[in-house]
Amino acid sequence: MSALALLALTVVVLVNFRLLGGSRMVPIIRGGALQGVLLAGVAFALRFEHVGAESAALAILTAAIKGFLLPGLLLRALRQVEIRREVEPFVGYNLSLLFGALALGAGVLVSQRFAPGEGVQPLLASVGVFTLLTGLFLVVTRRKAITQALGYLVFENGIYAIGLCVAPEQPLLVELGILLDVLVAVFVMGIIIFHIQRDFSHIDVDALETPSERPREAGA
Amino acid sequence: MMLGLVLLPLLAGLAALAIRARRLRELLLLGTALLHVALVAAAALTRPAAAEGAWLALDDLGVLFLLVTSVLFLAVSFYAVGYLRREPEQQTDPEEGFLFSNEPEPTFVACLLLFLASMTLVTLSRHLGLLWVGIEATTLASAPLVYFHRQHRSLEATWRYLIVCSVGIALALLGNLLIAGAAGPAGSLGLDDLLARAPGLRREWLEAGFLLVLVGYGTKMGLAPMHGWLPDAHGESPSLVSALLSGALLNCAFLGILRVRQVLTAAGDSEFAAGPLVAFGLLSMGLAALLILRQPDYKRLLAYSSVEHMGVLSFGVGVGGVAAFGAMLHAVVHSLTKAALFLVAGNLLGAYATKRMAAVRGARAVVPASAALWVAGILALSGVPPFGIFLSELTILRGAAAHDLVPAALFLLFLGIAFAGVSAQALPMALGGDAGGRPRMREPVTRILPPLLLLAFALLLGAWLPAPLVRLVEGAARLAGGG
Repeated sequence: MSALALLALTVVVLVNFRLLGGSRMVPIIRGGALQGVLLAGVAFALRFEHVGAESAALAILTAAIKGFLLPGLLLRALRQVEIRREVEPFVGYNLSLLFGALALGAGVLVSQRFAPGEGVQPLLASVGVFTLLTGLFLVVTRRKAITQALGYLVFENGIYAIGLCVAPEQPLLVELGILLDVLVAVFVMGIIIFHIQRDFSHIDVDALETPSERPREAGA
Repeated sequence: MMLGLVLLPLLAGLAALAIRARRLRELLLLGTALLHVALVAAAALTRPAAAEGAWLALDDLGVLFLLVTSVLFLAVSFYAVGYLRREPEQQTDPEEGFLFSNEPEPTFVACLLLFLASMTLVTLSRHLGLLWVGIEATTLASAPLVYFHRQHRSLEATWRYLIVCSVGIALALLGNLLIAGAAGPAGSLGLDDLLARAPGLRREWLEAGFLLVLVGYGTKMGLAPMHGWLPDAHGESPSLVSALLSGALLNCAFLGILRVRQVLTAAGDSEFAAGPLVAFGLLSMGLAALLILRQPDYKRLLAYSSVEHMGVLSFGVGVGGVAAFGAMLHAVVHSLTKAALFLVAGNLLGAYATKRMAAVRGARAVVPASAALWVAGILALSGVPPFGIFLSELTILRGAAAHDLVPAALFLLFLGIAFAGVSAQALPMALGGDAGGRPRMREPVTRILPPLLLLAFALLLGAWLPAPLVRLVEGAARLAGGG
């Protein structure tokens, strides 16, 4: 189990760097999806061993939703809005990668404090913190609504990993509720992205902010 | 019974999506709101006993917030019926002059009811995980409400609301997970369970969890400096939605913070929570007071005033003791007053078609009833006696002064600045100047009665607190104040 889990977590770390350094939308969204599936896989293994089959089955549902349904929603929104890449983020890609390295370090430090020891658990915690910081960074520094939505998804992935580490045994109903909330959140975000595109022909959230500079079209 | 309180608006909301006839939908909205108030009142009086460890149950804190939510919703739903009937399918944007249409009415009514269901869930939850699910659900149900007017400013406000609050609330989820982990890998998030085991929990985890929850739910509550979404969402949504956001939603997020504080108190670590609560409270009050001074838009003025009053709440429970009593009372009277003011702001917006304060003059000649309510509401909001806010703020001040003079002095200073800023800008809208030849307009009863009753309530509570309410507020303050 642990060799595979370690491999999966390593890939999650690499995906984070891909997310921070990439500008093209489709690979970024796929990266977020891959990350969700890998973490759900680790959850499945951990839970099958320690918690129970019920909770492991939930991990499969999580994988399906985070790996296929949510990215599917985002990809559909992407097709509707016809954009290919993020433009001029507030923080450039090289700096973003530098942030990634620092965040990974921070993750290791934090996890040593809260989950000391050997094996999968501390690694899971540090990967979780790193993923969380990556997601937060994407939400804050990217201009396109769709990249921000993806950032939210990555942020949730990070929390999922940390939760797996610190509180693996939550009631089924609560887990389902959390999953449902994330699902609806991304669904609503997808709808809004679609509206931003249809009504204003771009989904640059930043550009929406200056209505007073638009030419007035009296009676139009 | 408890489950029924959540299911009633939930099912009604789903039904509203399918109903095509407007009359029937109006009946459904009003009927659900009335029934909800009746059920909540019955539950508050009888207090059905719940099993230890039940996920849904009512304690004093829950009853207090649920009562406020339910009463506000009833007032707002009456207002909504009149509002939706007069709202044209397509209209011209008053500020930029383009055409836009509204969200389909069934969706709007359905989301109103789902919003009520999610807030009810928050007030009833005795499980921190379920509470989290409820608070995130309030965001999702209310986002379409903010985007009722389909134009770019409300769209931007909705996006910001959704993304900022979702991330904030996700941070609170992380805090909750740490709290669960404080009891070891098998830790639960049941409130009764946590309270019983509190002294044995790992202190460091609990404290980290509290801070994350405070920042996370604090985002949703509108505490500075995480309040960025709030003025936009309140300014751009229809006034009746702003009334619900300010009067009911912000309280629900506050309840999330208070629940975790209860655990901290049970662990004997109440002092740890006090510092950040007071600091966030004073920061919110100070920042909002300054921003109020230079606010050209009256709906945003009210929104910043909500940031200020959320600061007052946080400050009050942070100080604890008498001030916590004041804070719980403040949560009630602020909700009543602010909701009434937003509804009146909607009337003014309807009459003048502008949100700029400088452009609204002489309202007493154009919409006399609304103008009178506006003046009364602004005075009530600024803490003028005999309105309820005067009483609650005085109580908080008394509690704070007995505790430590410096924070109390700052509290008074910020209240003073906000008082000057709000009244100097908002009162001339009704009283000063002439109306520029605008004819007197008819004011339908659905637009006057709800804010009138809410304000009358706030006035009554300032003059006379009935004994059962005092007991309820005392009970809530004991749970919230960390004493």
